[in-house]
Amino acid sequence: MSGSVGIAENGPEQPKEFAFTAENLAKAKKIVAKYPSGRQQSAVMPLLDLAQRQSGNWLPRVAMDYVADMLGMPRIKAYEVATFYSMYNLKPVGKHFVQVCTTTPCWLVGSAGIVDACKKHLGIGLGETTADGKFTLIEVECLGACVNAPMAQINDDYYEDLTPQNTVKLLEALANGQPVTPGSQTGRRGAQASSGPTSLHAQAKAAGVGAQALAAGAED
Amino acid sequence: MLSDSDRIFTNLYGWESFGLEAARKRGDWDGTAAIIAKGKDWIIEEMKLSGMRGRGGAGFPTGMKWSFMPKTSDKPHYLVVNADEGEPGTCKDRDIMRYDPHKLLEGCLLACFAMGAHACYIYIRGEFYQEASNLQIAIDECYDAGLVGKNAAGSGWDLDIYLHLGAGAYICGEETALIESLEGKKGQPRNKPPFPAMAGLYSCPTTVNNVETIAAAPTILRRGGAWFASIGRPKNVGTKVFCISGHVNQPCNVEEEMGIPLKELIEKHAGGVRGGWDNLLAVIPGGSSTPMIPRDICDTVLMDFDALKDVKSGLGTAAVIVMDKSTDLIKAIARLSKFYMHESCGQCTPCREGTGWMWRVMERLARGNARVDEIDMLIDVSKEIEGHTICAHGDAAAWPIQGLVRHFRPMIEQRIADYHEVQLSGHRMAAE
Repeated sequence: MSGSVGIAENGPEQPKEFAFTAENLAKAKKIVAKYPSGRQQSAVMPLLDLAQRQSGNWLPRVAMDYVADMLGMPRIKAYEVATFYSMYNLKPVGKHFVQVCTTTPCWLVGSAGIVDACKKHLGIGLGETTADGKFTLIEVECLGACVNAPMAQINDDYYEDLTPQNTVKLLEALANGQPVTPGSQTGRRGAQASSGPTSLHAQAKAAGVGAQALAAGAED
Repeated sequence: MLSDSDRIFTNLYGWESFGLEAARKRGDWDGTAAIIAKGKDWIIEEMKLSGMRGRGGAGFPTGMKWSFMPKTSDKPHYLVVNADEGEPGTCKDRDIMRYDPHKLLEGCLLACFAMGAHACYIYIRGEFYQEASNLQIAIDECYDAGLVGKNAAGSGWDLDIYLHLGAGAYICGEETALIESLEGKKGQPRNKPPFPAMAGLYSCPTTVNNVETIAAAPTILRRGGAWFASIGRPKNVGTKVFCISGHVNQPCNVEEEMGIPLKELIEKHAGGVRGGWDNLLAVIPGGSSTPMIPRDICDTVLMDFDALKDVKSGLGTAAVIVMDKSTDLIKAIARLSKFYMHESCGQCTPCREGTGWMWRVMERLARGNARVDEIDMLIDVSKEIEGHTICAHGDAAAWPIQGLVRHFRPMIEQRIADYHEVQLSGHRMAAE
């Protein structure tokens, strides 16, 4: 279950009102139309996500109320959903929301070192946000990219094959507003072996992959 | 070793575009209407003949599952694709969705037709934002090309496919929790019966299948169930995407034949164990909930449902987590215990309370700060959790601990002895 802070007491300062922008209202209508009539509650999760994106990556209580009212469901049911799932942020997070996976497959190959590198470089602990509001750091459970471990999710993107060194480089680039490349930070293609393909040889040849993979492997 | 010509997922590494044009060149959406013209019964029989067992972990025969859907019904039928991949170690469905989504979508049409469903929901974990984006592009391509929608692929069958993103909850990989979540609620598993085939999504007949299962169906139906059944061993057939992570030289995903020896899988595809095979300590063979097996079993075990069951583990999702001799196995399992505690939905007391209790004991065992008889108590409690909850989350939390104690009890006892030795010498020094 989500370990998020309570909605009412001890929470962040809450905005007074919320309404979807015209653009998001149109998106919301399309989302609700995915489900049979009378089953619009099914749209609560995607609409809470939409509301979170509009609110700067966190979900104020008024946004939960707005979504519940729009779907004609009791507000408490929307709170239940918002507090059950870990991806709803019930308090503000930094511009770059750094979520380092530390479950066993990542832990085996050094996720603790990635967490330490983030803490040291950003000067914050887990669950904290930098003073300039640029970064929030947390550890999360398995993100399903175990073959490219260790890895972290920053906002909507996965960053994989991390080392303490390339993690710091990544954080520096983000802090300076420089472009970064999601995916493997060692140039590996997807979840293939880093020295090159061990299967699908004809396809690899057709795509000219073998040589590239070896080159990427050599850079490691 | 599986021949390349028998591999289904020919764009597993994303060397080519995931889009429709490239997918068609790979053979997707080829003669789909002709398969549908053979009829529902033919498709279900062919799936039964193929011997396909569900690729989400439980290994239930797919053709049989499809046959459980009512033949006639006054309610709509649904196919729900379980794309909530989250079993630690597992990252195969992700690659199917981001690199080969048309295989999944064609499979959705064939499965929906066979089960009388005109609507399909694909429930993908919310963290897979980019994968969902690719999949949505592929769905849009299908609508534009007439492959999905009214008279899908010219088959005469109407089908809508909708993508639904989760929001972070491992438990939603359990099929009834997934259905609850899809209905806009907390993802807490339902009691069974009723089974989803009778009363699933919106109380309508529903089948929930894993991504890999559905994505393999078009190739199986094109090449024939007998082809799929000819690969592997009896009752353990076909091809399977394995995910090899942890202490190997080249972690990778690879599609191989069911029943490949574990050692061959690791050495041929993953570059071998770090420091060589002799440096192997243990392997978690099928995702985090499958009990670990020590090196001597790894030497010879085959990677399929029955072979791994015979050594008191399981194929699960075929996510192979390799641990070499540098691994603190007690810590590795304690970390999994923390995972299961974090992901318990809180509905059943044995799981809600038990996962936390087991994690706290595991943390003490990792330090050695325990009594030897607490190992027995831990196993007793794990057996009180196992089988006493609505869903298998309690079981999944118990099994890794049971596997550790089964094979490495002396290691835990040694840790306890070492801890007490240090404590004792501390006292002695203080006394002197």
